[in-house]
Amino acid sequence: MEEYYLNSYQVAVIGAGHAGIEAALAAARLGAKTAIFTMSLDAIGNMPCNPSIGGTAKGHLVREIDALGGEMGKAADKTFLQSRMLNRGKGPAVHSLRVQTDRQQYHVLMKKTLEAQENLDVIQAEITDLRAENGKISQIVTRLGAVYHVETAIICSGTFLNSVIYVGDAAYESGPDGLHAAKGLSPALTSMGIRLRRFKTGTPARVKRNSIDYSKMELQEGDEHIIPFSFETPREGLKNQVVCHIAYTNEKTHQIIRENLHRSPLFSGKIDGTGPRYCPSIEDKVVRFAEKPRHQTFVEPCGLDTEEMYLQGLSSSLPEDVQLALYRSIPGMEQVKIMRNAYAIEYDCIDPMDLQATLEFKQVSGLYGAGQFNGTSGYEEAAAQGLIAGINAAHKVLGRAPFTLDRASSYIGTLIDDLITKGCQDPYRMMTSRSEYRLLLRQDNADQRLTPMGYQLGLISKERWQGFLHKQQLVQEEIARVEKLTFGPEPALCALLEEKGTAPLSTGTRCADLIRRPQITYSDLAPFDSGRPNLPEEVTEQVEIQIKYQGYIEKQKAQVAQMRRLEEKPLPEDIDYAKVRGLRLEAAEKLGKVRPVSIGQASRISGVSPADISVLLIYLEQQKRK
Amino acid sequence: MYENDTIAAISTPAAVGGIGMVRISGENAFEIADQVFCSVSGKKVVETGGYRGLYGKLRDGQGEIDEAVTFVYHAPKSYTGENVVELCCHGGLYLVKRTLRACIAAGARLAQPGEFTKRAFLNGKMGLTEAEAVMDLISAQGSHSAQAALSAREGAVYRKIHGVADQLLALSAGLAAWTDYPDEDIEEVSQENLTEALSKVCGDMNQILKEYDTGKILREGVDTVIVGRPNVGKSTLMNLLSGTQKSIVTQIPGTTRDIVEDTIQLGDVILNLADTAGLRETDDPVEKVGVELANRRLDTSYLILAVFDSSEELSQEDKEILEKIKDRPVIGIINKSDLQRRMDVEYIRQRVPKVVEISAASGEGTEALSAALLDLLSISKVDTSAGIIANERQRACVMEALSVVNQGLQALKAGETLDAVGVCIDAAIDSLLSLTGEKATEAVVEQVFARFCVGK
Repeated sequence: MEEYYLNSYQVAVIGAGHAGIEAALAAARLGAKTAIFTMSLDAIGNMPCNPSIGGTAKGHLVREIDALGGEMGKAADKTFLQSRMLNRGKGPAVHSLRVQTDRQQYHVLMKKTLEAQENLDVIQAEITDLRAENGKISQIVTRLGAVYHVETAIICSGTFLNSVIYVGDAAYESGPDGLHAAKGLSPALTSMGIRLRRFKTGTPARVKRNSIDYSKMELQEGDEHIIPFSFETPREGLKNQVVCHIAYTNEKTHQIIRENLHRSPLFSGKIDGTGPRYCPSIEDKVVRFAEKPRHQTFVEPCGLDTEEMYLQGLSSSLPEDVQLALYRSIPGMEQVKIMRNAYAIEYDCIDPMDLQATLEFKQVSGLYGAGQFNGTSGYEEAAAQGLIAGINAAHKVLGRAPFTLDRASSYIGTLIDDLITKGCQDPYRMMTSRSEYRLLLRQDNADQRLTPMGYQLGLISKERWQGFLHKQQLVQEEIARVEKLTFGPEPALCALLEEKGTAPLSTGTRCADLIRRPQITYSDLAPFDSGRPNLPEEVTEQVEIQIKYQGYIEKQKAQVAQMRRLEEKPLPEDIDYAKVRGLRLEAAEKLGKVRPVSIGQASRISGVSPADISVLLIYLEQQKRK
Repeated sequence: MYENDTIAAISTPAAVGGIGMVRISGENAFEIADQVFCSVSGKKVVETGGYRGLYGKLRDGQGEIDEAVTFVYHAPKSYTGENVVELCCHGGLYLVKRTLRACIAAGARLAQPGEFTKRAFLNGKMGLTEAEAVMDLISAQGSHSAQAALSAREGAVYRKIHGVADQLLALSAGLAAWTDYPDEDIEEVSQENLTEALSKVCGDMNQILKEYDTGKILREGVDTVIVGRPNVGKSTLMNLLSGTQKSIVTQIPGTTRDIVEDTIQLGDVILNLADTAGLRETDDPVEKVGVELANRRLDTSYLILAVFDSSEELSQEDKEILEKIKDRPVIGIINKSDLQRRMDVEYIRQRVPKVVEISAASGEGTEALSAALLDLLSISKVDTSAGIIANERQRACVMEALSVVNQGLQALKAGETLDAVGVCIDAAIDSLLSLTGEKATEAVVEQVFARFCVGK
């Protein structure tokens, strides 16, 4: 085919899903000449699965993206339909924000945001070839033969690479929502020495709103007091616009599934991709947890301008007639009408152990990966990686230092470290239990942890930075004040303490020590604290958490300091681990595969023992003295 | 892996001997020594100059341990280049171990394999030429330690520890599933349930710690296995060493099927001897079990006596055994030296550094064997106390886990939220799993998916 040169970019982003959007915006905002390519401009920021953003640990990711200057949180705040803070009552470390989103509005808003961005061209074209010169990415080529010269490229192909959709015994090449599968990129990657794997995921049906009898379902309303994702969104005037409903499967549903298992491509062995453990299809759940009498489903609206409802928990690749039968066995859904059927999708992705912490490939300089292409799952995980890849691609072309986050800084850092150090055997989903520093990595303090970095990067405006500094100052001043303030054993205070189930005072006690009691809140003490300044909620919230958890926070900070000391001992890239004396064979193999950049990273590789780490330390010292 | 904390370990061979020494190294070595040692003169270790000694008593929570002499070294003039204290008491495992535990209770961490030497090297106390020897040492001690952890009492303690870790994993997974999937149909984790479960785990850990010492100390010695293909004279050797007819000796290959054990004292060293079935491919189901047992014992023993019949040519089975035991502490025993030699002894010598010729039937060569054994055990760079150290390491892990679980219980009692308790449980799991290097966060995530039906 005839080829022709069209343009040159410093950063080319391939794919305009949640990873691509953050990557392109970050790169353009940092001043790199950037283009974002998508197979369809009408699918920018599409949500092919659940119409929601956030959730446990994912909500943390969104707040962190926002704290660094990313877009997802702001867009979610502008297009949410219902908001809930999950896990209230289980402790601030695991509070997580989740919203239902208007899928169409979200797409429109994100498209507009990309279009309005300086330094960024938004182009509809399918990239079918990648070319490298001397181990460095140099060109990308469209299906029509257009050649773009690029300094860096970020692949955010989601589930589109060689994707195949399965429904019953029907299987066809296609991406989600009727978009065609991306062919061509896979062979190009393989020829660059990048290993590809097949992963699988799935989605439930979208059904018609007025075909459901909600009186037979449980109602689930949003929070009365809504907290936004973005630290920049004002907390006032946020309103829920929809409700969700909860329904349950029953023995009849399970029977329908069991009787039709032979018609499932999963169980008949047609699909060989590795499916996610955390997002099993309903047939998976019924088979693996046969003893469970019922499974839950959430009925969630997809938007204000559509009748489509998403059935969370009921993803399936059974044939359409079985889908309909099983849905109709659920109380309230006896007459349900399917608008889009459920399906499973299989796609190519990489082994993230081929990536560095910047998300640049080890094999090809200037080539980056982000999102489901890297073996993860979820819009939030994708956006987080997109942001980091976009920043690093821009830094590379602008001659700035790489930007990486460690495990102690953020869930984003934990996500990327897990991916590049441990790899993943099925699509990776973020969970709070994955972070050993989760008492520090709270969603409420994402700004404190990351906004200074965002400002330094140039992704946080001066105005926001001033606001941030002001908030931190108010927090510190108020903590200092209540640490000094002492209450005497006044009868009214003692009565309150006893009423709350904690010991009354016998002598003067500091206000901060009362706040440290789990039963007492900062606001409980307001009536006894005449000198208390009028502070915004986000300030008093920080005062309370920082005082209450001080002991744990300090303990975790000590662990972090220890971890960072090992992180600061770099391991040279070119170590031949097979030749390091005293390393066990298993350790040498694992180290050779991961190629950790520091002793700290090496110590997290499973199969590398403390004795192996000692050997490495000695080896480093030996090399230094030589 | 901490960088600059204070470490302690037993630094003399763990056998019946005149003197036992516990070495402490690190920033707080003097302060820790002062908590376990009390000099007759009343002078404290922190007040004592370098290269000086003090005489006094060692003590722990139970009371006096022993009389002791303490040597003090100030950084950088010490073996490791750090502050070092050497506590020397009478030999014997009981006293030395108690002293080590007192040091750990006082804030020292049990040293990792080869850690003193590692610090010595990193602090410039050793030249570049010694670096490789240090790496070999760490690697050897590390693998022997792991091996010993599995072998110690056939891994009974290890299995108990794993039992506790499994309970904690189940708790943590329950908490994680309930937290990470708040919208799912998952049983609520209540403060009461968690308190009850954690109290049970504490009880189990206390029981493990209590059982550590009872009746086992005297039996501790070097786990030694006698291996060889059938009918080379393993049982005759066993009988010769133990002085009684323990094993049935016949000319029929495959007579020994079970493992025959005895404890013998050879000079200063206690050997836990095990005679095993001859290693060969067999279709006899009973013998097969014997061979499997023998192979397992071979894997978990520290010292190997590999027996060969010099009156026959080296067989394929002999060569396979040699391959299996290379790089491990082993003595090659060329038996039947009274018969005509047909074997290529050089082949064995090339693979096994120490070879002794004996006639187990007549008793000829046993002195040479004793000498070779002692030689190997005393000059061996490998610490013969690996098993004991491994046990101590496990004990230290259990102690640490117990302490964080107690913190979790306190947090529960105080009414603190479950996120804080969850972190304590994970820390305890990390301690218990540290012997095998598994990580709590990964193990918990695995458990969540194995036990709960969660997903969107």
